[in-house]
Amino acid sequence: MHIRAMEYAKEGKGIPEDLYESVLFHCGPIMVQRDDGSWSVVAAGPTTSARMNKLEPEFIRRFKIRAVIGKGGMSKDTIDAMKEVGCVYLAATGGAAVSLAEGLRKCTGVDWLDLGMAEAMWRFDTDKFGPLVVAIDSNGNSLYDKVNASLVRP
Amino acid sequence: MIKLPEPVEDVVYNLLRLANTKLPEDIGWAMEAASGWEQNQIAYTQLGAIMDNVKKAEHSGVPMCQDTGIPVFYVKGRFDSSIGKAIAKAVERATKDIPLRPNTVDPITRENCGLNLGPGMPIIHYIPTDDDFTQITVLPKGAGSENMTRLAMLNPADGIEGVKKFVIDSVLDAGGRPCPPTIVGVGIGGTSDVCVSMAKEALLIPIDEENPDPVLRQLEEDIFVALNGSGLGPMGLGGSTTSLGVRIKKCACHTASLPVAVNIGCWATRRASAKITDNGVEYSQGVKF
Repeated sequence: MHIRAMEYAKEGKGIPEDLYESVLFHCGPIMVQRDDGSWSVVAAGPTTSARMNKLEPEFIRRFKIRAVIGKGGMSKDTIDAMKEVGCVYLAATGGAAVSLAEGLRKCTGVDWLDLGMAEAMWRFDTDKFGPLVVAIDSNGNSLYDKVNASLVRP
Repeated sequence: MIKLPEPVEDVVYNLLRLANTKLPEDIGWAMEAASGWEQNQIAYTQLGAIMDNVKKAEHSGVPMCQDTGIPVFYVKGRFDSSIGKAIAKAVERATKDIPLRPNTVDPITRENCGLNLGPGMPIIHYIPTDDDFTQITVLPKGAGSENMTRLAMLNPADGIEGVKKFVIDSVLDAGGRPCPPTIVGVGIGGTSDVCVSMAKEALLIPIDEENPDPVLRQLEEDIFVALNGSGLGPMGLGGSTTSLGVRIKKCACHTASLPVAVNIGCWATRRASAKITDNGVEYSQGVKF
């Protein structure tokens, strides 16, 4: 979905308006379509954010992303983009997919489902989503860097 | 054709449901114990969120993690070549019904068939024996942990210290990406391919089962202590719960080789096994492999 969104933006094709200044959740959910065509979420935990390191700096700058929710943290290039835009990184508990799905109250739409369920762009209204930890703040302070710097290796 | 008391397709479907919705007891117990002595507040919150999620998944019968992985199967005992087709049918049905997330794609075009099938899928390891039962085991393996797999063809002169260092570095370099607290599967010996397979098979051994080999038992203990003293913690956010267990398998190797492989299992190391005898089917999550 990152690649598709940036391709479309460059080519001047339509991008869903609510992507701008949104909160991005790194997640490939399990979704079920109801008989009336609407979607309900079964399980939705964070995926490994590092997989998006190549694409995220440009993505954050282009769409002015306000917060990224994921797991495992992100690269220095991404953190630089976050600082510029004023974006924070929120760590969700990896694998806590049933609890986190409860906070995704309503699926308001999906784009690019041809990419597959895990890679499509899903949109949600949320309520009491979490718990989340501010792992990288908008000044670039990273809890991951702090933990890594003090790791004890025998 | 070997006649089994219950259709293999139904048994495998049940296994996929069991594995994805219920965490093996040994892992749940280890998590609860770790939560009891964890001093770091963020780590404690992460463990609480995990245990809460496990309860909800089991109660509502839905997958505990959205990454239902690629199911890796082990078929042991008596069977014939028809079993592969039955397993594939069960994977397709489980993907639609449970549901599982359609994860398999073509590695080049990235096209997703939507059924968790495709060339080479499902992955099945066959172990024929003279036993009068058929044992089918499934290990659904998510990508977050699988992507952290490492193989080293060490120099035999590196010895057991070299093995220890490679395993610890592999887990710590992976950081929060494989969803710690993890189960660390290690293979030592064999050829490169067998070594990597052993590391994954090691994840099937319950973490509360004592390793019968005293040298491997000590090595498991040493690595376990080092990892939990590292400070990495749940999700790599700090704390003293980095690993819930280390499991090591070994086999003979070339005199000029010392292969070591690490296959990490996330906290949601899911496994389930069915023993099919003439009298019926027995399901278990404490796999005797």
